Amino acid sequence: MSAQRFGAEPSKTARNVILIVVGVLFLIPIAAMVQFTLRVGQPVKGVQGYGVQHYLDVFNPANESTYDPLFQGVQNSLVIAVLTVLIILVLLLPTMILIELKFPQFRKVLEFVCLIPITIPTVVLVVGFIPAYQVVAQIFGSTPYTLAFAIGIICLPYAFRPIATNLAAIDVTIMSEAARSLGASWASVLWRVILPNLRRGILSAILLTVAVVLGEYTIAAFLSQTTFQTSLLLIQQTDPYVGVIFAVFALVFVFVLLVIIGRVGNIRGRRSTRRKSRVS
Amino acid sequence: MTAAVTTASATTTRGAGKTSRRRSAVWLGLTPFAIYVILFLAIPAVLAVGSGFFDSTGTFTFANFSAVTDPSFQADFLNTIVLSAVTAVIGAIVGAVICFALLGTKPDGFLRTVIDSASSVLAQFGGVMLAFAFIATIGAQGVITQLLVQWGLVKNVFNNFEGGTLLYQPWQGLVIPYLYFQIPLMVIVFMPAIAGLKATWGEANATLGGTRFTYWTRIAFPILTPAFFGSLILLFANSFSSYATAAALISQGGLTSLDIKTALVSETVVGKANQAGILALAMVVVMIIVMVAYSALERRASRWRR
Repeated sequence: MSAQRFGAEPSKTARNVILIVVGVLFLIPIAAMVQFTLRVGQPVKGVQGYGVQHYLDVFNPANESTYDPLFQGVQNSLVIAVLTVLIILVLLLPTMILIELKFPQFRKVLEFVCLIPITIPTVVLVVGFIPAYQVVAQIFGSTPYTLAFAIGIICLPYAFRPIATNLAAIDVTIMSEAARSLGASWASVLWRVILPNLRRGILSAILLTVAVVLGEYTIAAFLSQTTFQTSLLLIQQTDPYVGVIFAVFALVFVFVLLVIIGRVGNIRGRRSTRRKSRVS
Repeated sequence: MTAAVTTASATTTRGAGKTSRRRSAVWLGLTPFAIYVILFLAIPAVLAVGSGFFDSTGTFTFANFSAVTDPSFQADFLNTIVLSAVTAVIGAIVGAVICFALLGTKPDGFLRTVIDSASSVLAQFGGVMLAFAFIATIGAQGVITQLLVQWGLVKNVFNNFEGGTLLYQPWQGLVIPYLYFQIPLMVIVFMPAIAGLKATWGEANATLGGTRFTYWTRIAFPILTPAFFGSLILLFANSFSSYATAAALISQGGLTSLDIKTALVSETVVGKANQAGILALAMVVVMIIVMVAYSALERRASRWRR
């Protein structure tokens, strides 16, 4: 006998049915990708052969020249991801803390600026990035790494949201004033008081930024640079199997990363709240 | 006591807030970000829309507006709007049902972490890879296509759709792949609203003799309606501005975002690149209308969230 339910909560059966149906529907395409990568040769009399042939191909030195653009793309994307995270940490994060501490009247302005990239479609921004990058190329040369500037803009909304939520949850002003009155310098206020308290927000911001960079296609395609996504599309035309293998791998990799960070973040968050409540 | 101390220290710091020299040093701290945003957001945005008003020699002109009267542009613009509307409505309904199913689960439990992570991956990371997934599922050689053909159930649902493959039709074929990032996005944006339904409201309803039916019709639906339509609009905007999935599946155009690509890379028609600016302007106009509606609904929705 189940307890009387008030409010909106669904029954256990309803919840399980909905989640299982949706879960299966969302797993079908992923399973189809895996099945696709295991196909070997054309079906003979309607019977398809299966094997791990295409996975071995990835590591076969004979195919190196075919897969070269793909590895180049992965490498470029990783470097761009590091640079974009740096842009977020060096440009966005200090600005957000500064505004919170000294210019709270600009909070709305910063939020508005950081949400603009959602409002303007990337395809539209790209029309403007093309002339802008003619100038960038003259300064930095035409390397794929300069894409970090443009992708950093696309990442602003995703990086801003978790840090802003975290900032709202703690009182930075009171904390820093307490630290200052105890004789801490601004550097140690920042390093030992504010940043440790923003750990969760910063972590989510970094993670979302990395996910956005690795999944970014539009800017790289229009500016004709090789990144993970553009090379996937390119390799798809010569060897569809390897493209799909990398796609499955990337999807699962980012998913597992997010789950791990989510769990670790939760546990750490819970422990620190307990510690805080014990102190007070 | 503590409060008194903090206010006191606050006033002392502020009272001692030394002269304008200190102040301007702090102002200086805002400039790097400001410069970055001006260089890589403001200027490109102005260039994008502004380029529509100039011809290839750099003279000011309204001639590019002829792009708007082009019937193929109009058809593609309509396609984009229909695709966005259809996927937003279906995505919002299915996503809301998933959020409902997740009610009452622990917010930091394993189930929610997995669903949150899966949603983020599919909503923000998919793009080209989702296209691959659907080529492998319902493409000409896809698993489901092969199964259906093998069973002899249907010969021409995914295959031979008007002589081609369903997946590569300008908007009908994109509905299913688009739902795979629309539904997760709905889960991400609608979950906070539905999690904000307070248990006390349900108890109040029960004490006053209400049933679960009256709870939904009189309390939950009215409270969730603005949030639902706000999320729906966000989904519309998301699919309206998406490019990667469509580009990976369809190369010949059929959506406005694909037309921008075609106009930009066109070398056969001189000055066509500037028409991209007009197409960009058209997209921005739609997005501004959509986002104004969104912020109005969001303001109403947030009233119940505190």
